[in-house]
Amino acid sequence: MRLDTSSRFSDPDAAYRLVVEAHRGLADEESRKLDAALILILANQIGDLTVLREALALSRAAVAPVKEAATS
Amino acid sequence: MAERKPLFQFAYRRSPDQDARESAHHGVVIVGAGPVGLSLAIDLAQRGIAVVLLDNSDRIGEGSRGICYAKRTLEVWDRLGVGDPMVEKGVTWRRGKVFRSSDLLYEFDLLPEGGHKRPAFINLPQYHVENLLVGRAAALPGIDLRWRNEVVDIVAHPDGADLRIETPDGPYGLRADWVIACDGVNSTVRKRLNVEFAGEMFDDQFLIADIKMSAELPTERRFWFDPPFHEGRSALMHRQPDDVWRIDLQLGPHADAEREKRPEIVRARLAAMLGHDEFELEWVSVYRFQCRRIRSFVQGRVVFCGDSAHQVSPFGARGGNSGVQDAENLAWKLALVLSDEAPASLIASYDLERGQAADDNIRHSTRSTDFIAPHSAAEARLRDATLALAPHADFAKRMVNSGRLSTASVYDTPLSTADGDVWGGGVPPGAAMQDAILSKGSENLYLTDIVAPRFTLLFAQAVAAPKLSAPIDLVAIATTQSPCAPLRDAQGQFAARYEATPGCGYLLRPDGYVAARFRDATVEGVEAAFGRARGKG
Repeated sequence: MRLDTSSRFSDPDAAYRLVVEAHRGLADEESRKLDAALILILANQIGDLTVLREALALSRAAVAPVKEAATS
Repeated sequence: MAERKPLFQFAYRRSPDQDARESAHHGVVIVGAGPVGLSLAIDLAQRGIAVVLLDNSDRIGEGSRGICYAKRTLEVWDRLGVGDPMVEKGVTWRRGKVFRSSDLLYEFDLLPEGGHKRPAFINLPQYHVENLLVGRAAALPGIDLRWRNEVVDIVAHPDGADLRIETPDGPYGLRADWVIACDGVNSTVRKRLNVEFAGEMFDDQFLIADIKMSAELPTERRFWFDPPFHEGRSALMHRQPDDVWRIDLQLGPHADAEREKRPEIVRARLAAMLGHDEFELEWVSVYRFQCRRIRSFVQGRVVFCGDSAHQVSPFGARGGNSGVQDAENLAWKLALVLSDEAPASLIASYDLERGQAADDNIRHSTRSTDFIAPHSAAEARLRDATLALAPHADFAKRMVNSGRLSTASVYDTPLSTADGDVWGGGVPPGAAMQDAILSKGSENLYLTDIVAPRFTLLFAQAVAAPKLSAPIDLVAIATTQSPCAPLRDAQGQFAARYEATPGCGYLLRPDGYVAARFRDATVEGVEAAFGRARGKG
């Protein structure tokens, strides 16, 4: 199995909205905890290390691209 | 910046009703001659219903306000006889671009297929829309348009309402069987009747500016998240006719609105965006958006249409478009009720159907506004992650929400007859008709031009069409080259868009919505659906 990045929800806005609403009313620290719990739940649902590895690599590439290693 | 002068001025004229000893009595009084009230008045007049149309002003043209008019609205205006001048005067567009910083995230095309008379959108300032509608209204008998007639009070009764109206000659009263409130977000009718207008207000403020400049830019909607010229916020740009451009800039929740409206501040922001200051300011305003509605659009004999009933943020162009479509939904029903061809309960379906449309518009508009202006740090992280993933992953691109643009709503309504046959596609009951090009001899015609604003059976010609005794127009279309029907589906668009097979029929309501469809259209089936669509089911 490979990571599927195509759009899989018939109504992607509704899926996005569900996540937004889950955070409503939470303090920021609670929001971060919710995100962490959600990641673990969804990772387990996927149940495939190859896919999880690809998903992590994509997240990393999107928000924190690898920087040139600093030479000392 | 000079205040924009009114572009169109109209004359107050004294009505004989002002000299009547008792309040004159009218069947239908419409309050508010904006795009919604004017469209409704024209529609009713074309259906033979006389109306009095009251407006508190006598001029239009102060500010462009609503500028984006959708395909469905243009099709309504076609039926009202003003589609052509609207499209000629407006700027036609269908493409949009969404940027993150200075990078193009994606482009969209709102109408990628041919065979439609009207484009996905035109941009046209509201004052042109209103002026064209006023011209059409003046050409029709049956519309008594009274400028500088300000409704100051209304008292509702079970069988109508009494209105108190201020004019330059002093006050007078009117009695109406039906009052239609098209008097906008600050509706006097709604306030005087103490109808609650509830919903969500967004914290962020937005600068809206119309500027005049000559620019060689493509005609498309452009939206930026976090652009280099306005860091951390959003920007939106639209072309209007006559070298006028609409720009929206997000200002954040704490901006000082009075300061932000100062011409030197606005000019500096726009110069940073455009890279030059070769432009004139035409109109500037600072807004906080709201999404709200009243619970019921029908309160006895008082009916609310447009912004008086529901309000949305501008992302998606769902305000003016939904108002005109409210008017379209109400007009044929009210005309049938007033001519005793349908029970008064038919008006309840206006509340149901347009209430669904309002909920749909509020839902979309709320989602877009929340994406553009996140409520919390957690929502901002989610939004920023979506934007960061969008160049890499299609699913994230689809979640980027700069506004979902207005399309015709689909109604879950008792006026529809549920499908009794198997359909894989086509246009389901409760959805608006689709356009298509048909051939008649050597001529090409659009289906939306062929269908009149009456009950119509679109029939895919088999051997013979059902012999209907009910007042239903018949539009027979030959799906293959056939001498028995002069209209031919030469390009196969009717077959494809309606999944039409020989013998099948679509019953359309007077507003062009599908009431029912049949693989094998029979007199009994069509006439039962016709009764249901008129509220007799």
